[in-house]
Amino acid sequence: MIGADPAAAAAHPGRARAGEPFDPSAAAARATEAILHDTLHGADRGVVVDSPPGAGKSTLVVRAARELAAAGRPLMVVAQTNAQVDDLVDRLATADPELPVGRLHSSDPHPYDPVLDGHESVRASAKIADLAGLDIVVSTAAKWAHIKNVEPWRHAIVDEAYQMRSDALLAVAGLFERALFVGDPGQLDPFSVVGADQWAGLSYDPSASAVTTLLAHNPRLPQHRLPVSWRLPASAAPLVSHAFYPYTPFRSGTGHGERRLSFGVASDGSGPDRVLDEAAASGWGLLELPARRTPRTDPEAVAAVAQVVRRLLDRGAVAVSERSDEPQPVAADRIAVGTAHRDQAAAVRAALAGLGVSGVTVDTANRLQGREFDVTVVLHPLSGRPDATAFHLETGRLCVLASRHRQACVVVCRAGVAELLDEHPSTEPVQLGVTVKFPDGWEANHAVLAHLSEHRVSWRP
Amino acid sequence: MSLITTLARMEAVREGRAQPLTTVRHRHLSERPLAFVPLTTAGEAGAPLGALVGTDRDAPRLLIVAQPRDRDLRFAFLAELAEEIQPYLDSYGDEVELEERKETDPETGKKVPVQVELCQDAPQLLVPSAAGVAFVRLLGRSMRFRRTAEQDPETPFPAPARVPLLGRWLTHYGERARVPGSCLLLSLTELLSRHWATGQSNLEDQHLGSLLAWIDPPAGVPGAEAALRAESERDEAGQLRCPPAGPSTDPAFDNKLLAPAMSRYDAARAEAAQGVAGGAARLRLAEAELRGLVESQLRPTWDALWHGVDLLRALPEGTRVADRWKRDRWSYTGHRDRVRAGEPPQPKLDDAVTAAQKLAARETAQAQLDAHEALDDPLVMAGRRLAGEAFAGEVIDVEMAWSDAKVPRPRPLVTIRTEDRPHLAERVKLHRVTADGRAQSGEFAGLADLDDAADLDGAADVDGTADVDGADGSGEGGSGEGGSGEAGGADVVGDPGDTDGPGHALVVRLTGGMGRGKQPEPGTVPEKGDRVCWTLFEHAPRGGPELPDPESTPWTHGGPPDAAAPAQGPQPDPMTEEDYL
Repeated sequence: MIGADPAAAAAHPGRARAGEPFDPSAAAARATEAILHDTLHGADRGVVVDSPPGAGKSTLVVRAARELAAAGRPLMVVAQTNAQVDDLVDRLATADPELPVGRLHSSDPHPYDPVLDGHESVRASAKIADLAGLDIVVSTAAKWAHIKNVEPWRHAIVDEAYQMRSDALLAVAGLFERALFVGDPGQLDPFSVVGADQWAGLSYDPSASAVTTLLAHNPRLPQHRLPVSWRLPASAAPLVSHAFYPYTPFRSGTGHGERRLSFGVASDGSGPDRVLDEAAASGWGLLELPARRTPRTDPEAVAAVAQVVRRLLDRGAVAVSERSDEPQPVAADRIAVGTAHRDQAAAVRAALAGLGVSGVTVDTANRLQGREFDVTVVLHPLSGRPDATAFHLETGRLCVLASRHRQACVVVCRAGVAELLDEHPSTEPVQLGVTVKFPDGWEANHAVLAHLSEHRVSWRP
Repeated sequence: MSLITTLARMEAVREGRAQPLTTVRHRHLSERPLAFVPLTTAGEAGAPLGALVGTDRDAPRLLIVAQPRDRDLRFAFLAELAEEIQPYLDSYGDEVELEERKETDPETGKKVPVQVELCQDAPQLLVPSAAGVAFVRLLGRSMRFRRTAEQDPETPFPAPARVPLLGRWLTHYGERARVPGSCLLLSLTELLSRHWATGQSNLEDQHLGSLLAWIDPPAGVPGAEAALRAESERDEAGQLRCPPAGPSTDPAFDNKLLAPAMSRYDAARAEAAQGVAGGAARLRLAEAELRGLVESQLRPTWDALWHGVDLLRALPEGTRVADRWKRDRWSYTGHRDRVRAGEPPQPKLDDAVTAAQKLAARETAQAQLDAHEALDDPLVMAGRRLAGEAFAGEVIDVEMAWSDAKVPRPRPLVTIRTEDRPHLAERVKLHRVTADGRAQSGEFAGLADLDDAADLDGAADVDGTADVDGADGSGEGGSGEGGSGEAGGADVVGDPGDTDGPGHALVVRLTGGMGRGKQPEPGTVPEKGDRVCWTLFEHAPRGGPELPDPESTPWTHGGPPDAAAPAQGPQPDPMTEEDYL
C-alpha cells in the first residue's frame, strides 16, 4: 500500500471528533450542509462532490435542486442517460409536487418514462422554448448539447459527472454560469471507441472525465465528499472503501447486525446453498468452480450463477433492514446478476429462463451503475480467462459489481484468478502529464479476491 | 478480438495459410499510389537514414543520408524527399469538380447553397507498416515549423524550399490516417491484416514479411514456417534474409555493416575536406557503398509492399468504399485550400475545441466504417451476427397494423425465423437496407412462438392468416399459409426435440422506410419467404453536437486559448537549462 494507512484514516471520516462514537447521520448531515453552503453562498463557479456507492447522491441532488429553485435561481440539471433523467425528475416531483419541473427530451418515439405524465407539475417537451420559465429543467448531456442561442442558466447541477466525458462538458458548459458537479469517482471511467492517446496528458483531453478537466483548469474549486454509504451493509463498506477508495474512506450507515438475510428453507448441502448460507452470514460468498480456461460464456459458470439465483428464490430468502420493522421477502426484483460482457448477460438470462426464473435484473457493469438491489450475484470478470486485459482489470468495473447490494453479494468464479493476476501485471504505458489513478485495477482485484477467499465455497458442479 | 476473427485465426493455423476475413476490399486503393519506405537511424529520434519513394514500382528513387548526425545532410535528404513527393501531392490539386454545399451566410446567418471545388481524385501514400505512419507524422512535425529563406530572410538556419510545405502535408496525412476508414495514408500491414487472418498474433502481424508469408506462402511451405523464416532466417554473414519493414533497422545490420561503412565515409569526408589526394574519389566510393547497403535493406520491403498491393487489388472494392474515399477527397481539397490561402502550419497541439471535434468526428467515422463494412460484406456481417449485433432469416409471416396516431401510419409486424441470437430487448431499434438500397427502420416487438405454429401444424396458421385477412383485406394477408407451414415443418424436421434451437421467430415492427402514405409503398414491406437481415446498429450514424468556437471555450476548459501565446503546452523546465520545449 502506498501513502497513508487507509485503515487509520477510516476511523475519522466525516470529521468525527476523536473519542465520540461515529454517528453516520450527523456526519452525512454536516457534509451536506457544507456542500449546500458552498453551492448557494460560495464565491466559486463550481463545487465538486465525490460520492461513494449509495451515499445519498440522488438525495443530495434533489435537495440542492429544491434549495436553488427556492432561492429563485433558474436551474438546469445535466444527467448522462435518459433513465437517470427520468428517475431524477420523478424524485423531484415526488419530493415537491408543486415544483415546476421541465423534462427536455429527444424527438425519438417513447423519449421518456410515462411515469412522469402522472406528475402534474412536470412538463415534458422536445423544445426548450416550451419549458422557458420553469424553475428546473432536466435533460441528458447529449440533448443539452444541441441547445443553442438561449440565455445561460444561473446555475446547473451536473449529475454523474465522473461518467461524463470532457468533450460532453465542453458542449454544454456555455449554458450555465455556475455548477455543482456530483459523481462517484470509483465507477467506470468514460471511454472512447477510437484511440485518444494523442491528447493524453493535455488538461482538456476530450476522452477524460469531465471532473478531471474541470479540476485541471480550476484546481481551487471546493471539493467535498459524502462520508456514509447508506446502501452498502456494514460487511461490505470496509472492503469497498479499502479496495476502491483507499484515500477517501467512507463508512456504512448501518452497523453490524442491523441488516440480516435468512432463509425459510434449510440448505440441501449443495454448493449454491452453502455459498448462500455463507453470504447470508457474512455478506460475501465466493462460489469457486474448478480452474479451467473457458470461453466468455462459460456454460458451467453461467449455470452456477443461475442456480444460485434459483436457490435464493426457492429457499424463501427474507431480509431484515432498517427500512422496515418486518422482515421483507427478497423477491426477484430485489436480485441482480452482474457480468462484464453483454453476451455473458444474455447467456445468464437464457439460463435463468431455462430454470423458470423471471424478473431478475441481469446486466453488465455499465448498465448496473447507479442501481441498488438486496442481493447480487456476480460472474467474476476474470473467471476462466487466459489473460487479464485492461478492460477486465478496470477498477470501476469490479467496483460497480461489488457495490450494488444492500445485503449480500455472491461471486461466482473459476479458481486460479490470483495466479492469473500475478501473471498479468498492469502494462499500460505511463503517459506524461496524466495523473496515475490509485488503486489500479490489478491491486483492487487482489484486495477483493483476498477478502472473498475467506468466504470461499469450492464446488464441482 | 471478435469471435469470428478468433475462429479464422484458428483455421489459419490448421490450414497453414491465412484465411480471408472479408469477401471484398474495404479500403480504396489508388490507381497510382505513391509508395514511401523510410528507414531511421537507431538511437537518434527523427533522423532519417534513407528511403525508397515513388509511384513506379520498377523505378523507385533511392534517397540516403550518408551521415544522419549531420543536419545539413539531413536537410538535403528532406529537400530531395520534397522534390519527389510534393509534385505528386500537387498533381491532384487542379482537376476539380463542383459540388454544392450548404454554408452559413455570415450576413444573414442562414444556410445557403454554395458551389465549391472538390478534387476529382486525391493522392494516396502507402507505407509498409504502422510504424511507417508514425514516422510520417514525426517527419511532418519536424518539418512544418521550419522557415525558408524566402519566408523569413532573418532565419538563422533556413530550410530548403518546399521542406516546410511537405511537413504540413505529411502532418495532414498523418492526422487524417487517425480517422477510421480513411485512405489518404495507409500502411500495408494494417490493410492486409484487415482482410486476412493469420495464425499468429496481432503483434507478429506488424511484420510485413511474416504477414505476407502467411497470406501467400511459397508453394509447399506452411505459413507458420514461412513466417518464421521471414522473421528470423539469416544468411552466412548473419544478416536477415528478409530485413524488417522499417523504419527501424536490424541491429546486426547496424553493427556489422552500417557502422563500419559510415566510419569509412566519415574518414573519407574528412580527407576530402582537407584536400588529401584521392579523398574525393574515396568519398564517392564510400557514399556509393552506403547507398548499396541502405538499398539492400529497403528493396525487399519495397517489393513486399507492392506484392501486398497486388494481393489487395485482386479483391473487388466494396460498394461503399467510394463514399468514404469522397470524404478523403474533401479532406485533401480542404488542406489544399488552406495551403493556397496562406494559412499558417498546423499548431503544435490541438486546442480543447479542435481536440473534441476530432474525437467526435473519428467516433462517427468508426461507427460508419463498421456499418459500411458489414453492409458491403456478408462475411463481416456474419461476424456481427455471431456477436449478437445483427440477425438474418426468412420472413415467415407479415401482419399489417397501424399506429394509434390521429393519422394512422403503417406499422406492419414482420415475423422472421432465424438461428441467430441477437441481444434484443423490447423496443430495441433495428435497421436494414431494402433490396433497392433504401434504409428501413424497425423495432423489436417480441418473440413469436415457433413451436406452437409447428405443433398445431396447419390449424394455427390458417387462424392466423384469417386474422390478417380480416384486419386488412387488402391482400397483404395473401402471404399464404403454405409458407409458414413449410417453415415450421422444416424447423421441426431439422431439429426435433431441441428447445434451444436451431431456430426461433422474432417479430419486428416496421417503423419507417415505407413512404408517407397510410398504405406502405409497394416493395417496402418484406414478403413471406424473403430473406432479410436486420442490424442493431445504425447505418448512417449521426455526428456529435456542434461545439463552441475556440474563442468561446468555456471556463471549465480553461477559457479561450491565449491568442498571444499560440504554442501552449508544457512550459520549459526552469531547472534544466537545455530544455527548449
